[in-house]
Amino acid sequence: MQTFQGIAVSPGVAIGEAFVVDSEGFRIPRRFIERDAVQDELKRLEASVEAVAIQLEQYGQAVAVQLGEQYGAIFSAQHQMLRDARLQTEISSLISQRQYSAEYAVSRTLRRYAKVFQNLENQHMAERAHDIFDIEKRLLRELLGGKREDLAHLSSQVIVVAHDLTPSETANLNTNFVRGFAAEIGGPGGHTAIVAEALEIPAVVGAGAFLNEVSGGDMLIVDGDRGRIILHPDDATLASYRQQAEQQRSQAAQLETLRDLPAETLDGQKIAIMANIEFPREVDACLARGANGIGLYRTEFLYLGSGHEPSEDEHYQAYLRVVQAMNGRPVVIRTLDLGADKMGLSPRSENERNPFLGLRSIRLSLKNLAGFRTQLRAILRASVHGDVRVMFPLISTLSELRQAKVVLRDSMEDLDEAGIAYNRDLPIGMMVEVPATALLIDRFAREVDFLSIGTNDLIQYALAVDRSNREVASLYNAGDPSILQLIKQIVNAGDEHRVHTSLCGQMSSNPMFTMVLIGLGLRYLSVPPMAVPEIKNVCRRVSLAQCEAVAERALRLDTAMEVNDYLKQELLAVMAQTAESTR
Amino acid sequence: MSALTVRRTVTIVNPQGLHARPADLFVRLANQFQSTIEVVKNHEVVDGKSILSILTLAAVEGTQLEICATGDDAEAALGALCALVDQGFSPDEAAPPPRDGMSASTSDWNLSLDERTQ
Repeated sequence: MQTFQGIAVSPGVAIGEAFVVDSEGFRIPRRFIERDAVQDELKRLEASVEAVAIQLEQYGQAVAVQLGEQYGAIFSAQHQMLRDARLQTEISSLISQRQYSAEYAVSRTLRRYAKVFQNLENQHMAERAHDIFDIEKRLLRELLGGKREDLAHLSSQVIVVAHDLTPSETANLNTNFVRGFAAEIGGPGGHTAIVAEALEIPAVVGAGAFLNEVSGGDMLIVDGDRGRIILHPDDATLASYRQQAEQQRSQAAQLETLRDLPAETLDGQKIAIMANIEFPREVDACLARGANGIGLYRTEFLYLGSGHEPSEDEHYQAYLRVVQAMNGRPVVIRTLDLGADKMGLSPRSENERNPFLGLRSIRLSLKNLAGFRTQLRAILRASVHGDVRVMFPLISTLSELRQAKVVLRDSMEDLDEAGIAYNRDLPIGMMVEVPATALLIDRFAREVDFLSIGTNDLIQYALAVDRSNREVASLYNAGDPSILQLIKQIVNAGDEHRVHTSLCGQMSSNPMFTMVLIGLGLRYLSVPPMAVPEIKNVCRRVSLAQCEAVAERALRLDTAMEVNDYLKQELLAVMAQTAESTR
Repeated sequence: MSALTVRRTVTIVNPQGLHARPADLFVRLANQFQSTIEVVKNHEVVDGKSILSILTLAAVEGTQLEICATGDDAEAALGALCALVDQGFSPDEAAPPPRDGMSASTSDWNLSLDERTQ
């Protein structure tokens, strides 16, 4: 049994077989062949080596013509590596003596060489590992050919294990067969986290290098509550996790009974529990769990899933489906919130040393005005079908907000000219996730209809912590007194200007923070559909006065640890108390 | 067959050391001879006809290597291989190291885009 600690990004426990995906989406199972198939397997190997050798020669020639002989020589060296007599002998003997499949023998042998190179002290020499991986990929592509198993063609229940999952891989997953995710890199808010949340399956990311230890078919537990990945669990561990999974199922079933009850405190304060979604199909889960509306509809997967910039109609069809399904309940559509790098749209990577401080989100939209207007027109068109609201992400200055509003007005004019109906009073909101915006929030509040606090980014920017960096992730803390202070300031400014404030970061889905958030004045919480019942449950067990006292006390504490301990204790007390009274 | 073994110690003189391209040239040359070729660095002995083995030596500039050739054409092989190492694998091997920003798989190829366009 081996345990790897990562970052928990989607709760729950998944137990199942590992499906290992490398960077190209290949699955390389540990497979053995029959003794009498050895000759055939060796022939397959030989054929794949020949095919790759031809490819490398052709690439080498083409590159030499385009860029010069020296560049062509790169492929000459790779060719030499491929033909290396020692390498060939090693691969063949794994097939003939150990009866490994050609794929597995290739992968094992080349990865061993890659590891040797990676361990060399000289940086330039160590980079030769890239060449080895490149050869491995080419050989596997030949060997696997048409029967390559990829994520879109899963046929049994698995836990997907990968270094990282690309947006297109996650978007094209056959979701019926994925029980959980485990990834070496990534952090909360990354696309793996978002997809896992949308699918309501457990996920752990940022667990560091562990892929070399896992082979396809290995038994694996993903503990999405504690951020653990357990490989080859022993019987006792397996039994305890099975019990835990069972408990979670029965708890969820119990909370289902709250679906049609309002989220109302004991003293009658109504709280709106909204849902965060990414895909239109998630509206079913929202409705099933009694969400009061969509507090955050992320539109990024329209861009990532398709690999091209979506047309107005693609946008519109997606929005229409959500708006109609929500049947008059509010739907807050957030405009594109992506980095330029993720969209495959320029800018050269050297200019994006700090993607979180770079060209992303509203900054990107304001540079790509045609695409921005396309999205806004689609949102406007959808607005006649329900309670649609538009929200701009990552606003950091007033002029950005004003510019975005001008583009919205231009889009309205486009529709006027075309004689297409839309809601002229479409409510306009903005995300508050940059500390600079929080400082000047009273000025912003005058120019919008609502505010939405995005705690994921707000915390990252305020505390200067990259959550996906394991070395510093522990400094990322929603309970930090500075964060509570920022939230209080934002909510107060909203109240003063009579615009409502919601909170849609991950903080809102953690029941530990529910009391303090209500106490700070929030009346709209937007959470993943899965978390709606649990948060509603907390709301129904507390009084407003109690929450305000909790907030007041928490604001006076000095450290995140004190705040977290205090809030945990308060939540436990509330849960214990009400359990007592219902007996 | 006379198993004549000849050996000589050479020093890597090119700034980039025995990286992929020089190793490619070395192995290609070695394979033109019948003799067995071995390369020794600090008692580590590797097959001189295997590029992967040679690369694992990570022989940087200034490294001393012993080249051993065994076989009928050992003398000729040793002479040719030592000459290749002595001249830094090719005249342009003495060029300065590449600038940052080149892609990983081209980063140790000792020419920069600037040189190419000059």
